[in-house]
Amino acid sequence: MMKGEARCIVTFFTVHQALRAEKVLMEAGFTISMIPVPREISSDCGVALAFACGDETRVKAVLDSNTVKTECIYHLEGK
Amino acid sequence: MIYFDNAATSWPKPPEVISAMTDFMERAGANPGRSGHRMSLEAGRIVFNAREKVAELFGIRDSSRVIFTVNGTYGINLGIKGLLKERDRVVVTSMEHNSVMRPLRHLEEMKKIKLTVVQCRRDGQLDLDDLRKALEEKAALVIATHASNVTGGIMPVKEIGRLVREHDAVFLVDACQSAGSLPIDVEEMGIDLLAFTGHKGMLGPQGVGGLYIREGIALEPLVQGGSGSNSEQEVQPEFLPDRYESGTLNTVAIAGLGAGVEYLLKAGIKKVREKEKDLIRMLIEGMKQIEGIEVYGPEDAENRIAICSFNLKGKDAGHVGYLLDREFDIMCRVGLQCAPAAHRTIGTYPQGTVRFSLGYFNHEEEIDAALDALGKIREMV
Repeated sequence: MMKGEARCIVTFFTVHQALRAEKVLMEAGFTISMIPVPREISSDCGVALAFACGDETRVKAVLDSNTVKTECIYHLEGK
Repeated sequence: MIYFDNAATSWPKPPEVISAMTDFMERAGANPGRSGHRMSLEAGRIVFNAREKVAELFGIRDSSRVIFTVNGTYGINLGIKGLLKERDRVVVTSMEHNSVMRPLRHLEEMKKIKLTVVQCRRDGQLDLDDLRKALEEKAALVIATHASNVTGGIMPVKEIGRLVREHDAVFLVDACQSAGSLPIDVEEMGIDLLAFTGHKGMLGPQGVGGLYIREGIALEPLVQGGSGSNSEQEVQPEFLPDRYESGTLNTVAIAGLGAGVEYLLKAGIKKVREKEKDLIRMLIEGMKQIEGIEVYGPEDAENRIAICSFNLKGKDAGHVGYLLDREFDIMCRVGLQCAPAAHRTIGTYPQGTVRFSLGYFNHEEEIDAALDALGKIREMV
């Protein structure tokens, strides 16, 4: 992820799905990071994955094709 | 020292199992899935990887359907008590362990379930026609051990699975004795619920087992509590594995189990099976040469895992076990092995048997030594 690039966050209902997402996205070559769910977002599970918003479509496709169950994708305010 | 008690718990464990456990304790010893910090995430990854390995071992497509429990007995109880309703009918074989029979007998009292026990043959093997007859009346659940912990006899799980499917019941397989020793594929075998323990053939430590739950089968959780998810809700989450894993897991044991299964996957379960089969065949062939030994269970090593129950004519099983330990340094188990129904089936109730149970790390010299010991014990007054 480039500095200044808009960040997206995907949340999950359970850590199991977060870890599955981490695995399949890393295998697919995405730069991602596992982060605690930011305060402004309420989520069922305490961890989320952050990625560059530019990757959003492709990230979604990889998660879908691996039947990873996600909760929601958020666009964070750029900093 | 010779360890022939692998059906009680396998020993030794591969060094990889011990180092995975030490590594977790030293490096990542946090609570998996509870906090967002690095150590918690690392602990979560260890559990996740173990779940994936277990799923791979059993041909399970979605690893979230593998539930970790404290042991195999809990897994069986979750399958039975989570599924059954008042007055349901259950069909089991007469070779089941008390981890199956006791919860069922309990539910006979509590939920008035109807229990049909299909009598197996004298060698402990099931006649499929007898099961077919038992299924003529509607059953909610059919339970079969994959391999008997008394005789080692392997049940025709695939054929049973097909019959159960035809009769629209749920099929629970107790794989505590077979997991890690025999190939298991839940799809191919038509298994709906698969209970396993981590510390036997799967080469993990004690304190972890589990249950696979096929998608579409709704079980009531036996325990409710914190899961690290859905924390704003005071009701139990619906999604797996969280629904059935309330409270902190035995992460250190799961770390070891993951390494044990990885060891098996690398070695190849077919290779493990071949080696164990060769060892048990050698043991049984040797026993046949000793006069006055009665060996129970199926004749052909093809039909049994590496377990052999036997008696020496005129000798008390408990005393034989004592002599094996004290005089010959051989560890084994004697008695009823928590399976009175199986012993009634093979005609060894209540006196029991001496049970040798071998593992992947036993070798031929140990079998020679054990056969030699049995020959000597037979001569003792």
